[in-house]
Amino acid sequence: MDPASILQYCITGLTVGSTYGLAALGFTIIFNTTGVINFAQGEFVMLGGMVSVFALRGLGLPEPVAVALAVPAVTLAGALVERLAIRPASGRPAMDLIIITIGVSILIRGLVMLVWGKDTHALPPFSGETPIPFLGAALMPQSLWVLSITLALLAGLKYFFSATLHGKAMLACSHDAKAASLVGIGVRRMVLLSFMISAFVGAVGGVILAPLTMTSFDVGVLLGLKGFAACILGGLGNPFGAAAGGLILGVLESLGAGLISSAYKDAIAFVILLALLFVRPSGLFGAKDAKRV
Amino acid sequence: MTEPLLSCSGVSVRFGGVQALLDVDFQAGAGSIAAIIGPNGAGKTTLLNVLSGMVPADSGSVRLGGRDLSRARAFERSRAGMVRTFQNLEIFSNMSALENVMTGYHGRLELPVWHSLLRTPRSRALERDIRRDAEAALDFVGLADAAQTPARDLAFGRQRLLELARALAAGPRLLLLDEPAAGLNMSETRALGGLIRRIRDERGVAVVLVEHDMDLVMGVSDAVLVLCFGRVIRHGAPAEVQRDPEVVAAYLGADEDET
Amino acid sequence: MGGFRADVLRLCALAAALGLAPLALSGGYHLTVLTMCCLHAMIAVGLNLLVGHAGQISLGHAGFYGLGAYTTAVLTSTLGLPVPLGMAAGVLAAAAVAFLVGVPSLKLTGHYLAMATLGFGIILSILFNETVAITGGPSGFTGIPRPAVAGTPLGDLAYYFIVAGSLCLVLLLSLNLLHSRLGRALRALHTSEKAAQAMGIDVARHKLFVFVLSAGFAGLAGVLYAHYLTFIAPASFGFSFSVELIVMVVLGGMTSLLGSVLGAFFLTVLPEFLRVFENVEVLLFGLILVLCMLYLPGGLAGGLAALTERLRRTALERTRSREAADD
Repeated sequence: MDPASILQYCITGLTVGSTYGLAALGFTIIFNTTGVINFAQGEFVMLGGMVSVFALRGLGLPEPVAVALAVPAVTLAGALVERLAIRPASGRPAMDLIIITIGVSILIRGLVMLVWGKDTHALPPFSGETPIPFLGAALMPQSLWVLSITLALLAGLKYFFSATLHGKAMLACSHDAKAASLVGIGVRRMVLLSFMISAFVGAVGGVILAPLTMTSFDVGVLLGLKGFAACILGGLGNPFGAAAGGLILGVLESLGAGLISSAYKDAIAFVILLALLFVRPSGLFGAKDAKRV
Repeated sequence: MTEPLLSCSGVSVRFGGVQALLDVDFQAGAGSIAAIIGPNGAGKTTLLNVLSGMVPADSGSVRLGGRDLSRARAFERSRAGMVRTFQNLEIFSNMSALENVMTGYHGRLELPVWHSLLRTPRSRALERDIRRDAEAALDFVGLADAAQTPARDLAFGRQRLLELARALAAGPRLLLLDEPAAGLNMSETRALGGLIRRIRDERGVAVVLVEHDMDLVMGVSDAVLVLCFGRVIRHGAPAEVQRDPEVVAAYLGADEDET
Repeated sequence: MGGFRADVLRLCALAAALGLAPLALSGGYHLTVLTMCCLHAMIAVGLNLLVGHAGQISLGHAGFYGLGAYTTAVLTSTLGLPVPLGMAAGVLAAAAVAFLVGVPSLKLTGHYLAMATLGFGIILSILFNETVAITGGPSGFTGIPRPAVAGTPLGDLAYYFIVAGSLCLVLLLSLNLLHSRLGRALRALHTSEKAAQAMGIDVARHKLFVFVLSAGFAGLAGVLYAHYLTFIAPASFGFSFSVELIVMVVLGGMTSLLGSVLGAFFLTVLPEFLRVFENVEVLLFGLILVLCMLYLPGGLAGGLAALTERLRRTALERTRSREAADD
């Protein structure tokens, strides 16, 4: 249990945690605007990786182009999902919408399985595979890409939500849709935007992680689940809590796998989650649930 | 002197940076009708929430009929005989008026679970009794004709009556009414006043009501408690409270409509 | 709520249909599918009580199904205890674990409760997979005995009748519950927990009771499943099955017990039909699910009710026009 190993686990954890965080961020954005937990979020992450692989292998495009194509394509898919499956059901209770997103996630998985089969694929790392020695641990260049892109994305989103008109409008919708529409904000358009942004964020998460962990048609399920867990960990509704939750979850999972048992890796994440929920239901950064009559 | 039916002493509640209630003492005797008044934000509903167990007090005690209920949970206080209604109606909209009232009997008449699972003759007999009593309760408030109507389809004024009937069904010794006249017109409010008096006279139930409607308060209460910024500023007979300069000052500027 | 008698009549109709169904089936495989439908319906009914009537949620119910199955498997096969004992233990195990998990979990609401049940379900699923010495791990647990009557193990048909009978019993208990004062208390706390408290209803205890009861039903389905197939594997008790169960309840119509039965049957039979489509199977399943949710707002039960209403009205009009013509 030397410091170098712990550092190694932390690096791995932060790397994987970034994708959890981005998935969690996607969940939060849609939840804030619609009150729905989008079970298809994990599939956006999966699509990011899979579409990149297809653009690279199937279309023979160079990697940067493949990635630059994949992310907007998945963003468009997010828009399609909203238009075709969510908008027709607007006004229905949240439970119905959750089931619809479950159906959509199955549909997307089935589509990918049909078109690209069940194999696992690898995306080449963005800048080579030579590990960089770092304080006794080995840092993969891809990890640096993951962390820096994630941070850049988070910074960009923070700017979007606090400084741009569209971003502020979306926040307004999440606080009070009726009031927002009264001041002229097109709530429906905001819902569409929220799905597109979530798909975008998820796709980026999938693309940057795919070179490190393989990708296949069914990675979305567990990734989505852990993203959801990260959301809850950070406090549902808090976007930056979600991102932080993802990173924390990734590190805890990695430490657990390395120090306790790799077989029970997934269980550790959920045990921690459960313990947290029983002690502090509003998550680490959520507002303390003040139940007033 | 015997202990009053309801007594709360030294009740204080703090929400974050706001002292909602500070050192509130309050008693209500059996068979009395007491009103709690005060300008907006005075802490009236908070006091009601503390009494009914929905908000924990930071300090102080609540006693009903000699029994310390300070630690009791909300449903336990209801079973002990202190039943409340809600400012924003909390009727069970997915049930009929009669079924709403029938829920009131839940805390009073218990049966082990397996009676319900197996639909024993005893459980069916109990249901019949409950139904009969609930019909009587609806009749008492004047809703006998609405028994089968879905609660959500009743007019607002009648929904308020329904909530009253439901509370009565729970067999209270003391009723806590949270702004029972809110949203009612003048004739409905007058009828409510009469009903409250009947509840006390015919059923022997003490009543504590939080209210803004001064006509109702003055017409129906034996005693009035005035709260302002979480503190008790006056407690006495309606006429003297009405004349008290401190009370008038507390309301000045808040409600010009109140005479 | 609708009359108790009307519901009992529907239950009798279902029982009759289930009783006669084997006659209409060709081949043992179809009987297996029908048996699985009944088992799934058993879990769905319990889940309906929890979700549709008490307004809670559980995304980990497959875990209780698995607990029942593995408990009886280990007790009867590894330890050689008699089958009825193993079965009873399986049901009790599911209920007991539900009690332990329910006490802290049911204090949570909404998405937090969903997450807690989800997490718990996944932890169980991982345990089933990893405790290889007890459960046999991912490759499964074989050699679970069929219950025997007078020395001979029960055949598939006899076993089916036991399962179908158990489903009807579960439905009867649930109907009794819903039409009782407990059912009223559940409907009350579903609408307004505050008001329910004010009526003296111990909300926490009622939620826990329904949670444990629904877990018990799932455990019962689990023990029956284990001794039917004589082989169980962790893959059947994972998150995706928990999700399927919720879909059965919602798709069937959340306020209707019968709807959950329909939902369970539909979702169990559908993959069998889609199997011919091989690669497109998963895609079609997702598509059908989305379309049903979009265009059947009351779920399958709502759709069925609307259909019977329309048939009734057409029949009524036809008799009326015939009477008018006769005059």
